[in-house]
Amino acid sequence: MSAFPQPLTGIAAPLDPRGLRDNVDTDAIIPSREMRSTGREGLADGLFAPWRYTDVEARTPDPDFVLNQPEYCNAPILVAGANFGCGSSREHAVWALAEWGISAIIAESFAPIFRGNCLRNFLLPIALPASVVERLGGEAVTIDLAAQTVSAAGETHDFAIDSEAKRMLAEGLDPIDLTLTMRDEIDCWTATDRAARPWVYLESQA
Amino acid sequence: MGLTLFDKIWGAHEVAKTQGGASLIAIDRVFLHERTGAAALGRMAEMGRTVRDPARVFAVMDHIVDTRIGRGDGTLMPGGEAFISETRAACKAAGITLFDVNDREQGIVHVISPEQGIVLPGLTLVAPDSHTCTQGAFGALAWGIGSSEAEHAMVTGTLRLEKPRSMRVRFDGMLAPGVTPKDMILALIAEHGAGGGAGHVVEFTGSAIAALDMEGRMTVCNMATEFSAVTGLIAPDAKAFDYLAGRPHAPQTFDDPYWETLKSDPEAIFDREIVIDASAIAPMVSWGTSPEHTVAVSDTIPQGPAKAHDYIGLAPGAPIAGTPLDAAFIGSCTNARLSDLRRAARILEGRRIAPSIRTALAVPGSLSVKRAAEAEGLDRIFEAAGFEWRMSGCSLCFYAGGEGFPPGSRVISSTNRNFEGRQGPGIRTHIASPETVAASAITGAIADPRDYARPDAREAA
Ligand code: SF4
Repeated sequence: MSAFPQPLTGIAAPLDPRGLRDNVDTDAIIPSREMRSTGREGLADGLFAPWRYTDVEARTPDPDFVLNQPEYCNAPILVAGANFGCGSSREHAVWALAEWGISAIIAESFAPIFRGNCLRNFLLPIALPASVVERLGGEAVTIDLAAQTVSAAGETHDFAIDSEAKRMLAEGLDPIDLTLTMRDEIDCWTATDRAARPWVYLESQA
Repeated sequence: MGLTLFDKIWGAHEVAKTQGGASLIAIDRVFLHERTGAAALGRMAEMGRTVRDPARVFAVMDHIVDTRIGRGDGTLMPGGEAFISETRAACKAAGITLFDVNDREQGIVHVISPEQGIVLPGLTLVAPDSHTCTQGAFGALAWGIGSSEAEHAMVTGTLRLEKPRSMRVRFDGMLAPGVTPKDMILALIAEHGAGGGAGHVVEFTGSAIAALDMEGRMTVCNMATEFSAVTGLIAPDAKAFDYLAGRPHAPQTFDDPYWETLKSDPEAIFDREIVIDASAIAPMVSWGTSPEHTVAVSDTIPQGPAKAHDYIGLAPGAPIAGTPLDAAFIGSCTNARLSDLRRAARILEGRRIAPSIRTALAVPGSLSVKRAAEAEGLDRIFEAAGFEWRMSGCSLCFYAGGEGFPPGSRVISSTNRNFEGRQGPGIRTHIASPETVAASAITGAIADPRDYARPDAREAA
């Protein structure tokens, strides 16, 4: 697994140059019809398809869409408004963003499932006040995960991240492997729980 | 100090603290569907990992299955058959109980989980589907996750989590006649925003919640995710226990004193509280492209984001009622249970949808709902009114490619999302209760369901 690049410096692409766009949903990030296979690859082509293409079928790029513009097409950081990633739980939204090359998203706030999906894929979701986020679009931004800061144009802003998530991202840890080291504790807990709540434990049907 | 119901369930499932200071929370049930489940199971197999306790994992084919009568494995979604065949093979290999395409009990995941007694009060249940919160209506901590987290839950029997904050939303008073559970949750989101519940587990309480049947409570909890809440839940009472007792995977009785403890203590402190006067709620309908873009059906369209007005093709200031429609949809995990179909049928009985409505679909939430509805003759009422009666599944609640509404349609829909493109490229969705969908389909334009109420329906409501 790949850890979050430390530090990350790059241009921050404003998803909507006219202002922070709120409530960007995962259907917009990757429409269901773009999830053509059961795997997690090949999704970058469908990223933001409804906004990125004037004709989705013919894949005609919309020159007005930010990721189609030369200064932003390689941007590793995306900037948006409140409640980013709301809607469907599809992890494909994060896989598509990561495959495209986005490493961090700076927004006013994130939908909870989307935020969890980001962390599991080493994509850093940073929540900052709208007044700050607004100023970051179009700037060269440096993100320092260890120091928990975002710097641009001579200003530095602190961001919050819980210590567990920070460690996972910084060290590129696989949470499943990590949890499996606690297997004895889980087994012990399960044995006690089975006696207390027998209805939880079902007979195998298969 | 008192505990909230959420505190109690969380505490009862905390296996350990992790090194990073998060909690390792035991997961009692995992439910997969073919749209996102195959990705989790496929990846697990790739990594050489196995399901810890397959008897507590379930799967269903609901998202991209064909819903036309006489269906088989074929789906109108291009490439869709791979999702079905891979899910089937992966479930078999992992020993997971699968409700397959034409299983008697097939249906939308959040409809069949309670029907089968898979969700129970006090349990933790996760699914790679955002509307898992629906099942919180039974007093379970049930929430949506991504595929990687689903994999984690299946392999380890746990998830690593930071504890969310708590919120109480109290609906005081009683609903007026013709106003429904869907209108309650839409009113909450309209007033407090689509991000209003962010970071919180929301407990719904109050006299108007206590008065709802289990199906109505599921409708309210269903849209906790549209409020950006981690999940929603309602303390289980006799209605919840009576609903579940004796179902295939549920206990025969709920007489263990444990069940009575599943409620917030009177002195429990929530991080946030919202109080809503239920008696003041009117039938609601969305005007824009976020569930927060919702008004009473008697209201005018407010000034919202320009992008929303552009997409939906409606200007601020005009009344929302009377907006001409092309299609109608009754279905989804929000509003396709028996009581929903009954209430819509009551309005449709003896009437016809307007000639301008080119597509009208009624899609039962499960095959069991479908059989029960047919036993009452509801299918004939829908068909006589001009609706097409379907097999169960998510159907056009979302657009998977393949089957869609006629291009450019404006749809009145009993679903939960009015996002751009949610029901197809360029399709404009207005979300509302099944009654409002029925009344609007008859009118051919957004309409107030109370104008079509039957005298006895008013009393029963
Ligand atoms: S009915 Fe709609 S909202 Fe519910 S699970 Fe299916 S696609 Fe999701």
